[in-house]
This record gives sequence, C-alpha cells and structure tokens, in this order.
Amino acid sequence: MIEIEGITKRYDATTVVDDVSMLIEPRTIAVIVGTSGSGKTTLLRMINRLVEPSSGVIKLDGADNRSLPGYELRRSIGYAIQGHGLFPHRTVAQNIATVPVLLGWDKARIKARVDELMTLYQLDPEAFGPRYPHELSGGQQQRVGVARALAAEPNVLLMDEPFGALDPIIRNKAQEDLLAIQKRFGTTIILVTHDMEEAVHMGDKIAVMDAGKLVQYAKPAEILAKPASAFVETLVGASEKPFRLLSLGRVRDAVEKGTAEGEAIPGDASQRDALAELLWSGRPALPVKGDDGKPLGRVTVDGLVKRAARPA
Amino acid sequence: MKEAGIKTWLPSLLRLALVVLLVAFVTNPGWFEPLLKPLTENNAPAIYNQGSLLTLTLLHLRTVLIATVAATIVAVALAILVTRPAGVEFLPLSRSLVNIGQTFPPVAVLALAVPAVGFGEKPTLIALFLYGLLPIFENALTGLTTLPANVVEAARGAGMTGWQRLTKVELPLSAPIILGGIRLSVVISLATATIGSTVAAKTLGEVIIAGLLSNNLAFVLQGGLIVAALAVLIYDGLSAIERYTARRMGREAE
Ligand SMILES: Nc1ncnc2c1ncn2[C@@H]1O[C@H](COP(=O)(O)OP(=O)(O)OP(=O)(O)O)[C@@H](O)[C@H]1O
Ligand SMILES: [Mg+2]
Repeated sequence: MIEIEGITKRYDATTVVDDVSMLIEPRTIAVIVGTSGSGKTTLLRMINRLVEPSSGVIKLDGADNRSLPGYELRRSIGYAIQGHGLFPHRTVAQNIATVPVLLGWDKARIKARVDELMTLYQLDPEAFGPRYPHELSGGQQQRVGVARALAAEPNVLLMDEPFGALDPIIRNKAQEDLLAIQKRFGTTIILVTHDMEEAVHMGDKIAVMDAGKLVQYAKPAEILAKPASAFVETLVGASEKPFRLLSLGRVRDAVEKGTAEGEAIPGDASQRDALAELLWSGRPALPVKGDDGKPLGRVTVDGLVKRAARPA
Repeated sequence: MKEAGIKTWLPSLLRLALVVLLVAFVTNPGWFEPLLKPLTENNAPAIYNQGSLLTLTLLHLRTVLIATVAATIVAVALAILVTRPAGVEFLPLSRSLVNIGQTFPPVAVLALAVPAVGFGEKPTLIALFLYGLLPIFENALTGLTTLPANVVEAARGAGMTGWQRLTKVELPLSAPIILGGIRLSVVISLATATIGSTVAAKTLGEVIIAGLLSNNLAFVLQGGLIVAALAVLIYDGLSAIERYTARRMGREAE
C-alpha cells in the first residue's frame, strides 16, 4: 500500500505538485494522467525520493519512505524512467542486471532472471544480450528499460510513460504482459501515461492531474461517468466516452440468452471489441463462447448500446 | 574500391614507417650520419656524442609520463570534487588555481623551483605537472557536467550510491573526454620537457641545447625531430584509444 499524504513540491516560487493525497491499494495499478508539465513525473519521483518533497509524507506499507537511506529504498522499488535512460556503456544484459547486481545476487540467478525477462519482452537473449543500447530500436530500448525496472522483482513499480515509443501491437502485448506480471507477483504499480486508452485499460484507479493538483482520483468507470471537471471531461475525450466505458467490460458480462449465426466471440473479449465486430459485420447479434469453447449465449447491438450509455 | 583501400592503409603505413625510423634513429644513430653531415661545419660531429640518444629519449618519456600521471590524478580528483554537491562552491577557486598554473611561463616555474628543490628532474616535473593540469581538469569538468541527465537519474533510480554512480556511470561515460584532455597535456609536456635541460634535467632538450651552444645545426635538428616524432605518434595513439572508448561508451555521436 502506498499512502501519499499532503505532498507538495515547490521549486522556488512555483508549486509543481500541490497538496496531493492519494491512497494506492496493494496489488493494484494506479494510472496518473494529465497534460504535459502537470507534475506527474515529479509526483512519481517523490515516491522513490529522487525528488524530496517540500512538505507531506509518503508511506509504503505503513513505513515512512524516509526511514531508509534513499539508495536502499530505490533498490526495492522498480523505476522505469521517462525515455528509458539506459546506460549507453553497458550491454542490454548488464543494463537489465543493474539492480540485482547492486543487491548482490549470485551470477546464475542474475543470468536466469535476465534471460527470463528478455524472453518475455521478445528479445532473444543470445542475440540482444551482448548488444549495446544504441544498437537497438527505440521500442526495443524502451522494453529493455521496463525489463530493467522489473529485474529485482520489486513490490512497487513506478513507470513513467513506459510504452510511449511502442507500436500498437507491441504496446498491447507489453500492456498484457505487465498486467500478467502484476497479477502473478501482486506488484503495486503506479504508471504515468498520456494515453487515456491505456489509462482506462490498465488502471484500477485513475488519477487526473492538472497544474500540480490532483483533480480526480477514481475508478475508470467513475472517471468516465462522472468527470469531476470540464478539464477531466476534455481529457477523457467526450466522443470516446461510450467506447471507453464498453472497453472496461467483458463480453461474458453482457451475454443474453439465445443464439446467433457466425463465428463465436470469446467471453473474455472486451465489449467494445464485440460492438466493433457487430457494427463492422452489420449483424444484430454474435454468439459467445466460454474458455472451454462451449456456447454461452449471444451479445446484441441493442444490449451493448444500452451498456454504452451514461450510467445512472 | 582501390582508393578506399589506400585511404585506410596509408595512415597506418606512415605511422609504422615513422615508428621504424624513430627506433632505428635512437638505437643506431650512426646509420643516419651521412644525412646529417652536410648540416655541420668544421668537421663537427653530426650525431650527438655526449650521451646515448636512446637513454635521453627514454628519460624524456619518463619525465613526461610521471608528470602526466600526477597531473591526471590531481586534475580528475579536483574535477570530481567540484562536481559533487558538497564541492560546488570550490568550483571557481579550483578553476582559477588551475588557470594560474597555465598562465605562469614554464621558464619562470623552473627558475622558482630550482632554489627550492635543486637542479635536475624535479623542477621540470613541477613545471610539466602544472602545465598538464588545465587541459585535463577542463575536459574532466566538461565530461562530468555534460552527462545525459536521464542516464544519471536512471543510475540514482536504480539505487546506486554516490560512489557507485561515479565509478560505474559518470567516470566511464566521461572517459573519452578526459582522455582528450590527457592527450593535449601529453603533447604540451613532450615539447615543454625540452626546456628542463636548462636546469640539468636529462631530456632530449640536452641535444638541442648542445647544438645551440656549439652552433651545430645537426644536433638541434635531431633533438627536435625525435621530440616531434614522439609527439605525433603519441597523439595518434591516444586519439585511437579515445575513439575506441567513445564508441564503447556510446558517446560517439557527440
Ligand atoms: N528540477 C526542477 N526545477 C524547476 N522546475 C522543475 C524541475 N523539475 C520539474 N520542474 C517543473 O515542474 C513542472 C512539472 O514537471 P513534471 O516533469 O513533473 O511534468 P510531467 O507532468 O511529468 O510532464 P510530461 O508529461 O511532459 O512528462 C514543469 O513545469 C517543470 O518545468
Ligand atoms: Mg513526465
């Protein structure tokens, strides 16, 4: 659990983070969104004390984050810096191994972990491990940056726009991988992004920042349904709202009785994908199948359209 | 294709030829006597005969090496000190100290050092040391203050201590630039070391001075040429090392 209590950061006369309080439940993902310069990075960096707050307290699992020396605190927290920040003079494998080496893991364990992460991020350890960062594409560098943050299996992970340079396909994959890792290890993640789509998809809760202030901190559905201000409304994108709302739900939760023609859609797919498929194929209904392939029923355009409406 | 071949081979070939020539000259100067003879008058010796050229060359190099190593250690340590948060206030002071070392004429340093430490190698070492400081210090400062900010931040974010950041990230990344300073300093020292012979230091300056005193152009020329050849070769070698480290540190674009 991360408790941020009345955190303020001032540089001379300008307040870049203004009295922010938020509570991040253990094993959840909090996504911070906001315009450029709104203080997202600064807030994130006060958690691992790369920036010291002007006032306020941050507690990790109940303990003040100032109770440890800064460097020890930071070894226990994964940090994917904005723009990857890989060490140009170290190979990809050495970059990923940074924190495990600092923690004094033995060689075999480090190698196993590096290979595991590289494989997860589709970088062949044999081919890419000995390369230097400048020999990688921007997207590959970014994945190495994320792998480096994950290397020591931290309980808390801070990620500053980690998927910005990835193409949609790899980004999707990286998001799914991160969700899988988060579920498996119960990692608490704070992720900064500019991409509302990503925020709605990844976040258990979304924090919206504007000019240093936290203007809304709530579940994605609530942010979409009840934006706290015109600013949040604009950020969410008025014309996108119904689709973002649908993207939060699974098809299995929208199943109706009955049957339909054509190929079945898996119950795990998002309702948005189902609606897209229905609209594109011009059909009124689609069959739905469970994980085991057995028919669950059908989804209809009418049913999904109702769900896309503003919640009461 | 052929042209590219020549372009890449020619410099190496010239370098090799220069090395061979230099080694041959300092080990067997007698071979070159016919070449230098026309420069002498009254049947004066064409080859330096008051000591071995090889010994003088090695002593010359030793003096430069000792002075450069000392200057490197002090200059880099100073640059590290003034780029730490605790030392920033000393930055202007250390800059001016090092600048004074540079503006003081080397002859004056020698003149002042002799009464204090006596004749011989010591005053020369002091002069070369002071002269070598500035380029190394300036470059080390440039290197340590122009590191890519988010790489240094990533090092902090990973939980490196100040010392670990310095030794694992900051110094390796500054190495090519620091080496550039060392290269400049060495070349300056190679030339400056010759004046050390005015206070009885055993350097190649001895050959030049002997030539000047006896009006023997052959001596002056051979002393000067050996120093020049050493400077070119060492400059070249250090440049190559510098390029190699720059590539390794991923800083070649700069
Ligand atoms: N060290 C500093 N000194 C002075 N001002 C700073 C410093 N660091 C950040 N700021 C200012 O604080 C504000 C917030 O910066 P921050 O990096 O937190 O923004 P951000 O929300 O992460 O923006 P982006 O989306 O562009 O990354 C900016 O106006 C920035 O100029
Ligand atoms: Mg930022």
